[in-house]
Amino acid sequence: MTEIPRIPETDLLRLEQRAINVRKDVVRMIGVARSGHLVSSLSIVDILTWLYWRVLRVSPEDESSSARDRFVLSKGHGCPALYATLADRGFFRREELWSYRRLGAMLQGHPVANRTPGIDASSGSLGMGLGIAVGMALAGRMSGSPYRVACLAGDGEMQEGAMWEAAMAAGHFRLSRILLVIDRNHVQMEGKTEDIMGLEPLDEKLRAFGWRVAHADGHSMQSLQQALAEIDSSDAPGAVIAKTIPGHGVSFLENGSFRGKDVLNRQRVEMALRELEVLEQETLRSHPSGEALS
Amino acid sequence: MTTERISTRDAYGAALLALGEHIESLVVVDADVASSTRAAAFAAKYPERYLNLGVSEQNMILVAAGLALCDRTVYAASFASFLVGRAYEQIRDAIALPSLPVRLIGTHGGVTVGEDGATHQMLEDLALMRLLPDVAVLCPSDYASAIVQICNANSWKGPVYIRLGRMPIPPVYERSDSDFHVGGARLLREGDGVTICACGIMVHEALEAATILSQQNIEAEVIDCYSISPLPAEIILSSAHRTGCCVVAEEHFRKGGLGEAVTHLLCEHYPVPVLSVAVKDLFGQSGTPEELQAYYGLTAERIVSAAFQAWTLRRRSPDAL
Repeated sequence: MTEIPRIPETDLLRLEQRAINVRKDVVRMIGVARSGHLVSSLSIVDILTWLYWRVLRVSPEDESSSARDRFVLSKGHGCPALYATLADRGFFRREELWSYRRLGAMLQGHPVANRTPGIDASSGSLGMGLGIAVGMALAGRMSGSPYRVACLAGDGEMQEGAMWEAAMAAGHFRLSRILLVIDRNHVQMEGKTEDIMGLEPLDEKLRAFGWRVAHADGHSMQSLQQALAEIDSSDAPGAVIAKTIPGHGVSFLENGSFRGKDVLNRQRVEMALRELEVLEQETLRSHPSGEALS
Repeated sequence: MTTERISTRDAYGAALLALGEHIESLVVVDADVASSTRAAAFAAKYPERYLNLGVSEQNMILVAAGLALCDRTVYAASFASFLVGRAYEQIRDAIALPSLPVRLIGTHGGVTVGEDGATHQMLEDLALMRLLPDVAVLCPSDYASAIVQICNANSWKGPVYIRLGRMPIPPVYERSDSDFHVGGARLLREGDGVTICACGIMVHEALEAATILSQQNIEAEVIDCYSISPLPAEIILSSAHRTGCCVVAEEHFRKGGLGEAVTHLLCEHYPVPVLSVAVKDLFGQSGTPEELQAYYGLTAERIVSAAFQAWTLRRRSPDAL
């Protein structure tokens, strides 16, 4: 196990603030577009903030550097969270967020590579991201440039056969530079994953395919950091099963009263933004150094 | 010219060896059929640039996409059925949509695969692949031209699909011939009686048909339409202006392939009678390649009879009346 330092308190607070602001932008962009997957976008915001500010060696200045780390959002429908994170990270102007899903927009309903700065791979149809990540990791190994390839997958798409073809290949080739994060929010389109097509024991299945696996709280960057330390190795791909809450951060989304197909009207946007303002204040108060930053 | 019969899949093996020597970034991916696709020679010579992903065509295509996104030059091959059939959505979303320069090679196209039967005899790959925007679709007619097309594909900016066959076929071109670019065609025989557009194994049949037709005083113009997409529109149109009728011959379903592409082109720009020599709404079956070729009507004789029919219906220019 490699020693990966804990995230210092002040950094952690700033990251949590970022995540809350990304959440607000996700609500705003889906509100403006009147279309998009809000609940499953909000479950991955903390994971993305952690990846883009603590894990991945990427920057807008070296956007096309061949040695950069790569990221594949296999659950492409969660792209509002990725777009808002990339805008926050400076890959493109934040104003682009307001044309998400519009005709001719740079920000498509599902990510398209070569169309948006910072998007390394197209996705949308479920179950394709991990295979692309395997190809990227193999290319890195072949070119002697061992960049990390992170893939964020939804739990529902682990029902796709192609994910396991890719998992088998990653294990076979001992692609230790692959980091798979599974957004384990336990819901899929028509209900709960374990009712529809049970995935458990997901960790044991991946281990049987040659992976190192750790569990994390997908809304705690400290927990994600710890999980990464547990799986980091030089001879096996690593997976973090991140337990998340669908719609995290907004109560009427978390409790399931708002369905994925419901339109996010102005009133709901307002309610969600107010809740996130309150969450931001609470977050600041809960940190020892928080008051000074507010 | 050598008269040795040799399959177009053998060209894949030869082309990879040539490419491997010059292109450092070349990676060949495989789904455990390298002996059959002839990628095995490359695998033996350049093991560090060859990846066998096992029996997983979908994953092979996704891995190819990942490699291409990281600037590798990628050739991916399997039997046409398994490559285009099994992994179509991966090809569509991961390769065609971002327009990645991945070269997809479908070997074992058509019924002349032989004894393996219907599951292994792909008759709709050209249709499926030509539907995808900006994907070049090629179907070479002999070993020599296949090698050049496989190598030239590397300079095309987007994805390329090349359909190859298992059955050894006679040569159409000299080995030194190198003029086969994406979007091109070759006028193999000039004539003013009927235009015959053909691809793959049917080019040789078309040339034989032209000899028979000539004995009947119909001079056929034979075009090797190896580029199904983009279609060599000007060559086809100027020939149709000369002849006033057309036959299209391909080892593919009548639906969706070269026949429909040529018909559409002519309908839009210069309507003339077009007859198709292809497989009519039937899956393949077991048999020897030669038996199957005859059973499914993919022969010079069928082209001759279609050509006669087309000729009698031909569009006559006013000054010929």
